[in-house]
Amino acid sequence: MSPLLRYVLLRVLRGIATVFGVVSLVFLLLHLIPGDPVLAMLGDQASPEERAALRTTLHLDKPLLEQYVLFLRDVWGGGLGLSFRDQTRSVASLIGDVVPDTLWLALAAVLLALAAALPLGTLAAVRRGSIWDDVASSFALLGLAVPNIWLGPLLILLFGVWLRVLPLPGDDAGFASLILPACTLGAALSAVLTRQMRASLLEVLSEPYMRAARARGVSELRLVVFHALRNALLPVLTVAGAQLGALLGGAVVAEKIFERRGIGSLFLEAFFERDIPVVQGCALVIAVFYVGVNLAVDLLYGVIDPRVRLG
Amino acid sequence: MRARARHRARGSEAFGVTVVLVFLVLALIGPWIAPYSPLQIDLAHEYELPTARHWLGTTDNGVDVLSALLYGTRLSGIVAIATVGISVLAGGLIGAFAGYRGGSVDQWVTALCDLVQAFPAIVLNVAVLALTAEPSVLHLVLALIAHGWVLFARVARANALVLRQAEYVQAARALGLSEIAVVVRHVVPNLAGPLLVQATAALGGAVLSESTLSFLGLGPGATASWGALLDQGSSVLLRFPHVALIAGGTIALTVYSANRAGDYLRDRLDPRS
Repeated sequence: MSPLLRYVLLRVLRGIATVFGVVSLVFLLLHLIPGDPVLAMLGDQASPEERAALRTTLHLDKPLLEQYVLFLRDVWGGGLGLSFRDQTRSVASLIGDVVPDTLWLALAAVLLALAAALPLGTLAAVRRGSIWDDVASSFALLGLAVPNIWLGPLLILLFGVWLRVLPLPGDDAGFASLILPACTLGAALSAVLTRQMRASLLEVLSEPYMRAARARGVSELRLVVFHALRNALLPVLTVAGAQLGALLGGAVVAEKIFERRGIGSLFLEAFFERDIPVVQGCALVIAVFYVGVNLAVDLLYGVIDPRVRLG
Repeated sequence: MRARARHRARGSEAFGVTVVLVFLVLALIGPWIAPYSPLQIDLAHEYELPTARHWLGTTDNGVDVLSALLYGTRLSGIVAIATVGISVLAGGLIGAFAGYRGGSVDQWVTALCDLVQAFPAIVLNVAVLALTAEPSVLHLVLALIAHGWVLFARVARANALVLRQAEYVQAARALGLSEIAVVVRHVVPNLAGPLLVQATAALGGAVLSESTLSFLGLGPGATASWGALLDQGSSVLLRFPHVALIAGGTIALTVYSANRAGDYLRDRLDPRS
């Protein structure tokens, strides 16, 4: 077997094992946490009959192992089970309705983060110690220090209320409505990527082949753009890809602040209605997506950089 | 590092340590020095800008913002210290044991850490809280620990892997000390430094998580909290921005300071960096 195929197979198998673990953990949560989920869902006003009925619907009256098998069946072929509040809808169809909204938001956040981080990080590395370096490090510091629950309202205040250049939450203005939520979601990522870009470009620039190229008389601009950036981008894109999954967690906050539809707001709604199948379904989908993106990034990396396969 | 940058970093670290200390003191005495009760309704003075009577203005129902913040400090403080304290102990012991034992125990613990970290922290927090009828402070802490212990387990494991090879640990083993005695007496004490560094920064993370969950409306409802105040301020942002600005600024300042304090401790305790 070629080393590349071996690497891909092993990595995929590990991904599948993690997904299986994620499913099991979501199932076990319901049983590990002290407290009665039926009581949480129905409140203490419910009659004993209602509780018994719900216990039957959720299979809570069966032995643990059988519950687990039933849960796996729901996950595999049953559309993640039925929503508890709206028993005509499967959890998967509820999630499917809103996932595109969140994916657009996450994608916009990553693109915005890259659009700020790549030029800033590059400038900071090439003009190390200059004003650009200070600007980049202040930007990174601020991006990490300002929590997204505060950044959202700040951006609304600045661009929606005082400058009046971008729409307020709830106004549907198409693409313009995506900008502030994407900034809120992508700010921390942008900070991380700026630092990563600066660090990895500095590392590449100190490699012997850079000195060799310089000695051959390659111009500084050409050196950076054609020789260094390509290699420096790899770790940056890896971080960006790996963060795409984590952004789905941040979407819970961004979608609330900007009153947007998406898996984050579905998750919160389900929380407030104690619609536990939907809560479980959302957690599952987000985690599996996260694992999937990481797997894809690892595989791509293995294909692009032969050194990785040997690890 | 250039001298200027190092000097600046020292300054911000000292600032961070100071703010964290003030935060801890206010978490203890905040409610006693608060000028008003966070429940005291004064409808004639709703959403006032800062005045001599209300230094940071008022919010919904005329509640004094400064008092709400001071009471909120206690909730943040309790949640952060309980979460980080328990996470350090549990995660540290699990990680130390896994790293020291190695082999299949280590593999299982690592797999469990990977698994928990497959969930964004907030998703796991919300999923745990959803299983309670009425989230209390205790539930909030449990929800945060569900994800929080992993970081400390990883740090402890990585350090224990190295310590296992240390001569004095091997000497203790050769003297016939039991495995538990070696871990508790020789491995764990040497983990205290790296764990303390992480714990200080994690204090900020826990404050932020508590604020975020309260902001989303998932916190213990009856208690004054920074996140809930920020949520309230955000809902009247267009007319009365001062509430959201002050509440959010407090959260950001605390989280930033905890991170700087963590850097300060790392510089002191970890000569390698």
